[in-house]
Amino acid sequence: MKKALLCSAVAAGLFAGNALAERGSDGQLNIIYWQAASILNPYLSGGTKDIESASMVIEPLAHYDETGTMVPNLVDEIPTVDNGGVSEDLKSITWKLSDGLMWSDGTPVTAADVAFTAEYCLHPEGGCQQASNFTDVESVEAIDDSTVKVNFSVAKPFPYGPFVGAQAPVIQKAQFENCMGAKAPECTDANFGPIGTGPYVVTEFKANDVVSLKANPNYRDAAKPAFATVVFKGGGDAASAARSVLETGEFDYAWNLQVEPEILSKMAAAGKGTVVSSFGTSVERLMVNMTNPDPALGDKRATVEGGPHPFLTDPAVRTALSKAIDREILVEVGYGEAGQPTCNVLPAPAIYASTANDACLGQDIEAAKKLLDDAGWVPGSDGVREKDGVRLSILYQTSTNSVRQATQALVKQWWAEIGVETELRNIDASVFFGGDQSSPDTFQKFFADIEMYTNNFDGTDPENYMANWSCKEIPSPENQWLGDNMPRYCNPEYDALVAEMSTTAKLEDRAALAKKMNDMLMQEGAMIPLIHRGGVSAHANSLEGVRMNEWDSELWNIADWKRAE
Amino acid sequence: MLNYTIRRLLFAIPTLLVISFLIFAILDLAPSDPTGNLPLTIPPEVREKIRLSLGLGEPFPIRYLKWLQQFFINEPLNMIEQWFGITIGDSENRLRVQSWATRSPVVDLIVERMPQTLWVVGMSYVVGILIAIPIGVISAYKQYSVFDQVGTFISMVGFSVPTFFTGLVLIVVFSSTLGWLPSIYDTTHKVTDLASFWFQVKQMIMPVMVLALFNASQLSRFMRASMLDNLSQDYVRTARAKGLKERAVLLIHVLRNSLIPVVTVIALGIPQIFGGAIITEQIFRVNGLGQLLIIGIQGADIPLVQTLTFIFAVLIVLFNLLADIVYGILDPRIRYE
Repeated sequence: MKKALLCSAVAAGLFAGNALAERGSDGQLNIIYWQAASILNPYLSGGTKDIESASMVIEPLAHYDETGTMVPNLVDEIPTVDNGGVSEDLKSITWKLSDGLMWSDGTPVTAADVAFTAEYCLHPEGGCQQASNFTDVESVEAIDDSTVKVNFSVAKPFPYGPFVGAQAPVIQKAQFENCMGAKAPECTDANFGPIGTGPYVVTEFKANDVVSLKANPNYRDAAKPAFATVVFKGGGDAASAARSVLETGEFDYAWNLQVEPEILSKMAAAGKGTVVSSFGTSVERLMVNMTNPDPALGDKRATVEGGPHPFLTDPAVRTALSKAIDREILVEVGYGEAGQPTCNVLPAPAIYASTANDACLGQDIEAAKKLLDDAGWVPGSDGVREKDGVRLSILYQTSTNSVRQATQALVKQWWAEIGVETELRNIDASVFFGGDQSSPDTFQKFFADIEMYTNNFDGTDPENYMANWSCKEIPSPENQWLGDNMPRYCNPEYDALVAEMSTTAKLEDRAALAKKMNDMLMQEGAMIPLIHRGGVSAHANSLEGVRMNEWDSELWNIADWKRAE
Repeated sequence: MLNYTIRRLLFAIPTLLVISFLIFAILDLAPSDPTGNLPLTIPPEVREKIRLSLGLGEPFPIRYLKWLQQFFINEPLNMIEQWFGITIGDSENRLRVQSWATRSPVVDLIVERMPQTLWVVGMSYVVGILIAIPIGVISAYKQYSVFDQVGTFISMVGFSVPTFFTGLVLIVVFSSTLGWLPSIYDTTHKVTDLASFWFQVKQMIMPVMVLALFNASQLSRFMRASMLDNLSQDYVRTARAKGLKERAVLLIHVLRNSLIPVVTVIALGIPQIFGGAIITEQIFRVNGLGQLLIIGIQGADIPLVQTLTFIFAVLIVLFNLLADIVYGILDPRIRYE
């Protein structure tokens, strides 16, 4: 009896400071993602829905916050060269785990778990979908129970790939030990219910449908999370997900609401919820094909060997095409709060964003016409400009998606005004973005003059992303069309900058280099950026603590979410 | 009859093998890629490794034979093991048909989802039949009356308006505006007492009614046409001449005879129940087989789509046989010899 009294006294003392905040005091949190979670192991599924649903359960050593800044999660501080965490030669990084970390099953988290995670993903037969986060990792060693050292085979100016962000969380060695390599997919129980350090633990997982979770009894902050249970429902479509939060109030949080802006603002007018958006690095852009996609070229079609493009290699044409586009209208029609006009392919984080190309923001049909006139492109009898028998006739392809088709139609109209003929084409996303070698319709093969899609990069470091446009990244039959340089842009000066960046460590210098590369790409017109795209989600007005984040999982701070008074 | 059934069943085996091959070939030829929906930030080399880990590196015939082995040998063995709690051979390493998206056995996914589909879609079928038969009977008996005209109009509307539209209209009216019914099916809900049973009824009303309207409009037309055929037959006049009450003539003589073709139509429609109502399940987020199929197609989860489609094919073949047999039982004039 005495003991019990003492215990409650201690407990009372502990909770006195935050009498209101108590674990599990706020009932149930309902989250809806219109794509359902298939698996809770991000290493076996790169889908955003799977990564984000898993992020409630398993966590990385450090998160990115909503501004793209790294914040310590399972560690006390971020290792840097200055604090000695990153070696002088940039070839290793040493993380020190916080004290007293526990898995949800009550066992301690050790450096061995972290080292195991790397081993799990690097297994050659595992088909690990996050392998790019572990690029150049030579070994990961547990120095003692709480210290783990990642060794790279090359100097890594940005060594925060492994274990930072929702894509690379730490998994428990004891649970996944027998699930390495080819065995990985067979461990259904582990993949459906990973043991983690996160604020919630899985109670029931119905694949492609719903995840039920409850508060983690061993979570490191005794007062969190505020909700006792979470239901993570999936499936359906974006519009009805938005409705369930904004109109009917059945759900508290809805993810990725790619809905016509008009419909979304009507729903928000019901007053039950708030639409939130956040901008990362996604840019909807037009890729300009510098090589000739003429079918007559056969195997050499759209390759460097096939020769340059008949008219898109003329800088005047590329600039004119960009000038004719009114980006404001594109945002208004298709994106609303989820888009901003941009003239950069690298629009964020702020230190990397260039302002040198902002001239493209305003539409100027007359200037575009003049550019073409001056370059010798004169209108023919049907109003389409031509020079030396070459007509400005463009095949413009993208994936099937109502916003993209609306954008295509508008762009086609503007280009018609400056005397450019456009044929539109749309291809199902799973084909367009799928790497099927036998399909002529993939975005890598680029058998068209212009193609449109969105790309971005994980985390905040643009080094790999900017390296996409170096000469060796050009897709061709020799590399099975596996390259990211869709415009087939090749400039030795640019390649030199890429090489320089891979050896530069200082953040300011890296930013200057990245800006220079961005400006080079923009001013040479290898791409025509259109929209800086953000994520749009909605939360109920009764839900507090949402800090919408494009740099990490949107649920990165779910431990802090609570019910408003 | 028994001979006939056995003969038909034996014929079904090569038919189903051909179907399974066709499905596999079509899915393989279709230009889709299981890594196509992944974020573009995942580089091509990693994608290639993922494809290899899914077994896509092997040639088409090998993959087909592997699937045959997994589906026809490994899965039944596994089922027997689970039912009787025994171990046959090396069950640890026996590969089952694995979904690419969830990396779990496809059959487990199907088993998990079957009840919802049977409840929601099956219930809608029953409700549809219960609505359709009286409407069909009355419409035929009082041909060109106001009731018939209204019934015809409603069934035309029910048949021609797609379920994704009626579903949305119901959601906007009953969930958004009135707030009476939930728009999203709670698949974690468990019926334990009266209150939770009432909740279950409430969340089932909309999807069931959307599908019931569609089914009823189709069936009521069949019922009406069949009744009209029979009403003008000689035996009806004879029955009336015998002095039978109108009620007996209609409900005993005419209805029974008219039901013969309708029962066939109903039996042939049963595989659809298992197939789930893809669109309706998707709108209301009922975790049934239809939703599983559409998610599988969107994610290029070939083993899942292949297995589900094949199971539907088996059901269609079986229920065709069943319809023929029932027809023979109901109508003694028909003999299969």
